[in-house]
Amino acid sequence: MEYLEIIGAIVTLIGAMFILFAGIGLLRMPDIYNRIQAGTKASTLGSMLTLLGIGLIHPDWLLKIVLLIIFILISNPVSSHVLGRAAHFIKVPLSSRTAVDKLAEDEDRVTQSK
Amino acid sequence: MMYSLIIIVMSLIMLVMAFMAIHHKNLQVAVIASGIISLFASVIYIFLAAPDVAITEASIGSALTVVIFFYVLNKIRQSDDTK
Amino acid sequence: MVNILLSIALGIIVISFILVIVRFMLGDTVVDRVVALDVLTVSSIGLIVMLAHFFGRVIYIDVSIVYGILSFIGVIVIAKFLAKSL
Repeated sequence: MEYLEIIGAIVTLIGAMFILFAGIGLLRMPDIYNRIQAGTKASTLGSMLTLLGIGLIHPDWLLKIVLLIIFILISNPVSSHVLGRAAHFIKVPLSSRTAVDKLAEDEDRVTQSK
Repeated sequence: MMYSLIIIVMSLIMLVMAFMAIHHKNLQVAVIASGIISLFASVIYIFLAAPDVAITEASIGSALTVVIFFYVLNKIRQSDDTK
Repeated sequence: MVNILLSIALGIIVISFILVIVRFMLGDTVVDRVVALDVLTVSSIGLIVMLAHFFGRVIYIDVSIVYGILSFIGVIVIAKFLAKSL
């Protein structure tokens, strides 16, 4: 039983490190799309690991925590996708080192064929 | 000791966000800043062992107020576009 | 042992709050600030569940469930407002 508690504490610490990486990535990235990718993905994984660690420490709370993990796993990528699409819609400028932009090419092809 | 330090840091963040909500030019940024104030107020209520107040603050202050403010901003933008 | 490791994790999450708030103050577009709000919400869910361990009460997890559902609706409404399709 004690091993399970220590494993849970270490998993929670790893999750907190991933949340810190999300903060650093949000501060250092050059572009809005890179910031969406770094911040949202790292914070999703970090929050899920934190919840899982607390669930390993207290096994009788595990039902609510699994419910919360499933909800975060569904909802957070959806909100990041909608934010990225809105940023591309209002034409936030891309970084100068961007190589390819498939969505703008598709929109150009649609407007030319009309 | 550690809880007091965390509460002081969160209160300073709330103060900065309140200053930004008053003095920023863009109206959408001011609404989002007021949402962040409610977020940290909810976490501070949890530190003070009041989970019912925290649920009310999170649902009304941080979600419903922001949604209603953006709905009204959308109405204002539509009426400006039709003129 | 367990409480020392969890206290370090609590401090790390508060440091990450300060970094995200700096991005919120510097950010040049509105979408930057909405992403900062999203990251703050998800990391505060982790913080609230960690406080549920420290205080030993299961009702704090209900607060984080309510918080997750309502903030998801808020971010979706803001994004649809920015894309002019609300």
